[in-house]
Amino acid sequence: MASLRHKDLLGIEQLSVGEIQLILDTAEALREVAARPVKKVPALRGKTVVNLFFEPSTRTRSSFELAEKRLSADILNFSASTSSVTKGETLLDTAYNLEAMSPDIIVIRHGSAGAPHLLGRKCKASIINAGDGMHEHPTQALLDGLTVRTIKGRLEGLKIAIIGDVAHSRVARSDTILFSRMGAEVCVCGPPTLIPWEYEKLGAKTTICLEEAMDGADVIMMLRVQHERQNEAFFPSAREYASLYGLTRERMRAAKKGAIVMHPGPINRGVEIESEVADAGCSVILDQVANGIAARMAVLYLLSGNAGLTPEKSR
Amino acid sequence: MKKNEEKNLMSAAEIDLVLTRIAAEILEKLGPDEDFAVIGIRRRGVPLAERICARIASSRGFAVPMGILDITLYRDDLTTVSNRPMLRETRIDFDINNRSLILVDDVLFTGRTIRAALDGLVDLGRPKRVQLAVLTDRGHRELPIQADYIGKAVQTELGEIVEVRLREEDGKDGVVLLRPARRDKKTKKQ
Repeated sequence: MASLRHKDLLGIEQLSVGEIQLILDTAEALREVAARPVKKVPALRGKTVVNLFFEPSTRTRSSFELAEKRLSADILNFSASTSSVTKGETLLDTAYNLEAMSPDIIVIRHGSAGAPHLLGRKCKASIINAGDGMHEHPTQALLDGLTVRTIKGRLEGLKIAIIGDVAHSRVARSDTILFSRMGAEVCVCGPPTLIPWEYEKLGAKTTICLEEAMDGADVIMMLRVQHERQNEAFFPSAREYASLYGLTRERMRAAKKGAIVMHPGPINRGVEIESEVADAGCSVILDQVANGIAARMAVLYLLSGNAGLTPEKSR
Repeated sequence: MKKNEEKNLMSAAEIDLVLTRIAAEILEKLGPDEDFAVIGIRRRGVPLAERICARIASSRGFAVPMGILDITLYRDDLTTVSNRPMLRETRIDFDINNRSLILVDDVLFTGRTIRAALDGLVDLGRPKRVQLAVLTDRGHRELPIQADYIGKAVQTELGEIVEVRLREEDGKDGVVLLRPARRDKKTKKQ
């Protein structure tokens, strides 16, 4: 029987094609729970899940929280701004303190790549990476994969364009690994200052030309322009970025018929995506949000028996 | 696990007859005007429910709604089994409130599957009543649960396995009794 024999979910990198399929199939089965009058199933009853967020997050955190609640888990929320981290506690000390409360699963978001891996080695609980620095954001990639598979019926053979600030995006990395592993053709695109050329090693094509990336693409994934990086001079101005890399109605007219537009959110209307495109029928941004809960429920369910397994070898 | 000593309990023809009888019994017991639906429990309860529905439709002249229930999330051994069992979709596209429901499964054994199914149904609404139809009842109940419609009751030892084969899942119809070759550790059918 197919199963997920990992203690932790640290990145898409660690998952095989079969394991990704299992998670997506499980998520598809769990989607039905959201349509019920009683949106709750008892699968994680008695399990304790800690949400440990060192970076601000609204949607990922509430998505995890809802997924946990719908599986009947008990939840403990820690955020950096309200915890002892502000009093100088190290990540490991925080982790040991949490571990002493014997949680079954810890969901962690941290500004430094590898923080979940460190916890994975030190804690008995299963660790789920909810975003670590510029490294990975596996549950976002899984929900993206689920969204595309639901609409297109498959992942294999599709053309995926990922456009924007690829360099600072953990979503771009996890998505690229997932989609290329599942047999799709990934092309990443953005200003030359924001494209790491090593992406070719992950199996993606790279280009700085938006038209080239969009040509024949079945999925157009726009990344958020991170305003906090505006002063770092990766591009001259938001207006110039919008004119070169913004997804406009006019550019969508040239896109392949039936192409869908995705965005991990929060969107900057008028910068990377024009308002009319974000609200158009081809936009599946809100499907992504709904699928996020199902994908996270699937990961929580599949990992929930695995605390105490040998941790992954970190890559 | 090595299995041997296969003994036939029901032939394909017998399964056919028994399902026709169950369909007739359901209609007789519920009366002509009853608003009811049939729910198949994954996996082998689903093709059985489909066949019962087809028989009901042909004798009644119109179709009754049919749903599919996956009980995995409601199992009482989820905290003890280390491998998460494969999850499949529950698909019940109609309102179960104030409706009579016929649950259909292949083998009634410990009763734990039915306990889980009842929990699952409660989360979907409040049915008027729930009845149970099974192809075989092999005894050894661990919970106070019994079936309303039974295809065939068979005497079994606890260590034996009753295997239902259906053409939709296994290519051909038949019910067989398997005795393990050695006294192996065995998981009970949930």
